[in-house]
Amino acid sequence: MLKEKLIVVDSLSKHFKLGKHTTLKAVDDVSFDIYKGETLGLVGESGCGKTTCGRTIMGLYQASAGNVTYQGKGVHNVSSKEKLALTKKMQIIFQDPYAALNPRMTVGDIICEGIDIHKMYTGEKRAQRTRQLLDLVGLNREHASRFPHEFSGGQRQRIGIARALAVEPEFIVCDEPISALDVSIQAQVVNLMISLQKELQLTYLFIAHDLSMVKHISDRVGVMYLGNMVELTTSDNLFSSPLHPYTQALLSAIPEPDPIYSRQKAHILLEGEIPSPLDVRSGCSFASRCPKVISQCHVLKPALQPVRNGHFVACHLYHHD
Amino acid sequence: MNDNKVLEVKNLRVTFKTYAGLVQAVRGIDFHLNAGETLAIVGESGCGKTVTSKAILRILPSPPSEISKDTQILVDGVDLTNLSDREMIKIRGSKISMIFQDPMTSLNPTMKIGLQIAESIVIHQKKSKAEALLMARDLIEMVGIPNADARLKQYPHEFSGGMRQRVMIAIALACNPKILIADEPTTALDVTIQAQIMKLMKALQKKLSTAIILVTHDLGVVAEVADRIQVMYAGVIVETGLCEDIFYRPKHPYTWALLNSVPRLSTDNKAQLYALAGTPPDLLNPPTGCAFAARCEYCMQICRVQAPEHAQVTEHHRASCWLLHADAPPITNSSVHVKGGATC
Repeated sequence: MLKEKLIVVDSLSKHFKLGKHTTLKAVDDVSFDIYKGETLGLVGESGCGKTTCGRTIMGLYQASAGNVTYQGKGVHNVSSKEKLALTKKMQIIFQDPYAALNPRMTVGDIICEGIDIHKMYTGEKRAQRTRQLLDLVGLNREHASRFPHEFSGGQRQRIGIARALAVEPEFIVCDEPISALDVSIQAQVVNLMISLQKELQLTYLFIAHDLSMVKHISDRVGVMYLGNMVELTTSDNLFSSPLHPYTQALLSAIPEPDPIYSRQKAHILLEGEIPSPLDVRSGCSFASRCPKVISQCHVLKPALQPVRNGHFVACHLYHHD
Repeated sequence: MNDNKVLEVKNLRVTFKTYAGLVQAVRGIDFHLNAGETLAIVGESGCGKTVTSKAILRILPSPPSEISKDTQILVDGVDLTNLSDREMIKIRGSKISMIFQDPMTSLNPTMKIGLQIAESIVIHQKKSKAEALLMARDLIEMVGIPNADARLKQYPHEFSGGMRQRVMIAIALACNPKILIADEPTTALDVTIQAQIMKLMKALQKKLSTAIILVTHDLGVVAEVADRIQVMYAGVIVETGLCEDIFYRPKHPYTWALLNSVPRLSTDNKAQLYALAGTPPDLLNPPTGCAFAARCEYCMQICRVQAPEHAQVTEHHRASCWLLHADAPPITNSSVHVKGGATC
């Protein structure tokens, strides 16, 4: 099957200047494609740059280097008119449903903000669209006139999803949409997102640190560590045969709700902590904690290269050249 | 199994006075903790698990909170609810310690780490400050913080999240308590750091034979470390049993829902997850019957009228559900899909 590339991320970097001499390399030289209709999961521990990556792809942050193209058109360095047109195609769902909704606006106005900006509907048509969106995400029509504080976390996340869907986007960045929710509510929201994707042919970039949930929802998964993409492959491949030592350790650290299995499972326990992203060393960023480190790792930074068909990994163990 | 009870809680009821009325956060629960075991309390936010653990130490602000008069919290035959505040201070940190969820906010930012660890040693063991600091140094090494001498003189902001949680563990274990209450100890940490902390806690428990109450919502963590589990919902315990009972032979529909709603690495991608409809009941006016009735797909008429009794399944396994009554229709959880469960 020939898949159409929706988004091409080419050597994207996002650096934040923190002082005269310190730069935080949140995302450093990351390249990947997102195909139309797929869910690309992005996982990694806190501070690895996954949220920054998502926001830079959306154009919410200006890229420090590299390019992002959406259906062949650049996302950065475009006129404000073109940028506005892009926001109609790309939307984002935020992590914290408590902070992402304006407490002074009614739910109806929150959902319709995008519709108003893009002048899509007015009057009765706008009200009709609001009702349709509320139905779509499983809320009551009467909820349109209420305020965010009257809703629970799961309901608020549904409002956030309705807002993102309002302008009929093609691509949605889901930035940890379920981390702030309880287990049973997480399942409700994830089910909703999967069924909406089928119904509306959406493409998702799903950012999360919950690996079991990422496996569940994603077609392909990228693993990030300290601003670098260390492994990228299909969801099944990644979880059945992870190649990068970091991915292997990360997967073995997932606590599984199955006592007999999880107590027998071999754990790869990583020593030490994630180094500060300010303290950049040459070589592989994972070298300081890697159980399989070789001399080359401290000198040369490995590039993300294919090992098998569609399985990319950035590790010297697999590239001998 | 060792039936040496270090803690027994009888009929714990905790209410909070709010402007809206009396919130019944914990509604009459009984449980015990055996010496050296790990008891996990699981449930979703607002189910009363943290209130339960704080009520044991009596660190809930009162008012607005109030522990009912008929509640008994027995440690070594002494009822903690009858102790004065001054006597309670002697218990906290020496017999019972607690580790909190957020290692970033539970340390004093203006105090050096060494002194924070030594503080409880000075208070409870009547040691001099110099002696206590020496003991603090050993504790820091015991929890796996390298470079102990230098670390003692540092402030909390110089430590990472995982390291701060290690410091919290060192403080909690400083006076060798019999009971350690860990309230979501790894929720704020990353997975690889979480694995380190859980391994440390298990190793220390073995060495010091401390009994641990682990409060968490993460069933994965529970599966790895718990000996017994109790599941809470809307301020009551709906099911309690050995770890294998709860994961492989659960009896309560809420436990089924909880287990089925988490995706496993073995399930098919993009299949629909089991999703529990609705939200937990409002504890301002808790329902008269079973608290779970409104969300339960097996709900019967009696469930809405009368709260179910605890039904004894096996020696250690109890569940409160009308489905376990002799006259109830036979219903089992057909959709539990657990790898290890196939053997049971």
